[in-house]
Amino acid sequence: MALLRSTLVRHLVLLALGALALVLLTGSLSTFHNYELAGLGAYVCTAAGLTVLTGLNGQISLGHAALMAIGGYTVALLQIRFSDRAITGLWVLPLSLLAGAAVTGVAAAVVGVAAARLRGPYLAGVTLALGVALPALTSRFTSVFKGDQGLSVPFDPPPASLGANFAVERWQAWISLGAALIVLFFLANLNRSAIGRHFRAVRDDEVAAQLSGLSVPRVQILAFTVSGVAAGLGGGVFAVSLQTASPGSFDLTLSLALLSAVVIGGLGSLAGAVWGSIIVVYLGIVLRGFVDDLGLSAASAQKLHDNLPNAAFGLLLVLVMLILPGGIQGLLRRLAGVAPVDRLRRGRPEPFAAAIAQHSSSPPPSGGQQ
Amino acid sequence: MNSPAPESRLSVQGVTVRFGGLTALDDVSFEVAQGHVVGVIGPNGSGKTTLFNVICGFVRPTSGSLTWQGKTLRPRPDRLVRAGIARTLQSVGLFERLTALENVMVGAARARKAGFASALFALPRSDRDEQRLRDEALDWLRRLDVADAANRLPGTLPYPVQKRVSLARALISRPRLLLLDEPAGGLGAEDMTHLAGLIRGLPEAGEWPCSVLLVEHHMDLVMSVCDQVVVLDFGRLVASGTPDDVRSDPVVAAAYLGTDVPAEAELRATP
Repeated sequence: MALLRSTLVRHLVLLALGALALVLLTGSLSTFHNYELAGLGAYVCTAAGLTVLTGLNGQISLGHAALMAIGGYTVALLQIRFSDRAITGLWVLPLSLLAGAAVTGVAAAVVGVAAARLRGPYLAGVTLALGVALPALTSRFTSVFKGDQGLSVPFDPPPASLGANFAVERWQAWISLGAALIVLFFLANLNRSAIGRHFRAVRDDEVAAQLSGLSVPRVQILAFTVSGVAAGLGGGVFAVSLQTASPGSFDLTLSLALLSAVVIGGLGSLAGAVWGSIIVVYLGIVLRGFVDDLGLSAASAQKLHDNLPNAAFGLLLVLVMLILPGGIQGLLRRLAGVAPVDRLRRGRPEPFAAAIAQHSSSPPPSGGQQ
Repeated sequence: MNSPAPESRLSVQGVTVRFGGLTALDDVSFEVAQGHVVGVIGPNGSGKTTLFNVICGFVRPTSGSLTWQGKTLRPRPDRLVRAGIARTLQSVGLFERLTALENVMVGAARARKAGFASALFALPRSDRDEQRLRDEALDWLRRLDVADAANRLPGTLPYPVQKRVSLARALISRPRLLLLDEPAGGLGAEDMTHLAGLIRGLPEAGEWPCSVLLVEHHMDLVMSVCDQVVVLDFGRLVASGTPDDVRSDPVVAAAYLGTDVPAEAELRATP
């Protein structure tokens, strides 16, 4: 019992349970469902980072898909180099993913410097511009990024020790969900520490945070960097799961889907980021399947394919804001009887009226010039 | 009254603040000696809050300077606690989605030893640090008689309790000078007595004597806790001295109450 009081032990136990569930789940699912799981892992990585940024630190980002793109393209470029030189090994892909996450972290820190000077709608605008502009760069530098077609992401087949029949999709699901578990582990650690508390303090009241000795820009840049590293890793495993890095897979709709996932799941909650990602990914799959079953013409089916899920996310977002402000995780907490930490109904007693009544003998504050 | 060159002395020297054509503070000079409680009074708009904002670094003075502990102070809000100065906010300013205990823990941000890496990897060092902070924060809540509120969100607490939590958040940084911005605003008689006792106790607090500079409208509080009172009017320092001096100063009566009000009757402030 005493051991469980250690944050590290508790989170390592959860990490091990998650890994066990991942092995069992991927083993029991078809290759197609494993392919979907690989995509889900990428969403979870990025949404977890986004919920830390937006939910815990109060900085909105409408451009997280662009950060994913940085991670995805970095991994693609490195994997192509490795593959060209016939360098193989179990360490190759993790190294590329790590590099992708690191490069994205640096880029996010730069964005964070600008973001620390911006608030609310201005920050939303700048991150939106980033989300639109960055993928467009790929068609500007076509010799490196190969334009709309994108880069292929070669990677080694699953290690032979896993057996000859081990499907590539299952391997991709392992990589992607494994990355998601690692991201969740580290973010949960941060969240439970003073760093997480400082993120939230800066979100709630910048003046009071400063007077408590926190440098607001420094905390905000740190949050952006942490979030960027998670998004970079998410982008990397996304590219691996798609076996390609192209501008189309990191477009604005992905950014919006991620934000929807974070809000639907419960802003600021890591578990909520997981629930939200599951909903957004599987709702997308279900709706696209529904469109396919309608028997429409190819052109209109294509249009609906992309837009129906977005419309659904938007609608869901509005519904959640209206009836479930704490998102899914808030609902689960309420069902479990845990006092909701986000209950914010202030029952403030009318202090001034009472005070004035009691201290009418003291001079009126503004009775200066009559 | 004048102790020889105390260590933690704040000197405000000729501070002037102009916002465009408006002079918010006009050549204001005074001192907060170590172990003293100094009150700043004056009608609304007389520059009290601007004065606090200058000392905290939110407003840069047009001219004049500050000296703290014998050195020139160029304040920056986030470096203030490091210099040994803490401030409470008039609007309480608690972090509304942090529990009362967490709020107080943030106040001790400076005292944290574990860094980012130990937090990221959840090293035992980080846990120990957290435990130490939690104990310390709880201790401060206990001292202020609001330990029951530890796990509640500020919004669910009565206003006087919120005020005490914000005091605990300021005090956990172990300041040498505490700036209180209308600490009595919204308090009832009972809370006011508690507050007065607390303020009086700060300069004598064992190993951490803490001077106090307070802005306050409640004359009874100011007159009962302050060693010295500074009166501002239209940004100018019009009087300073002991509460008794200030009380009997006709200039103060004129500035604070308007000339046509009989000073004696209205300034009977002592309880």
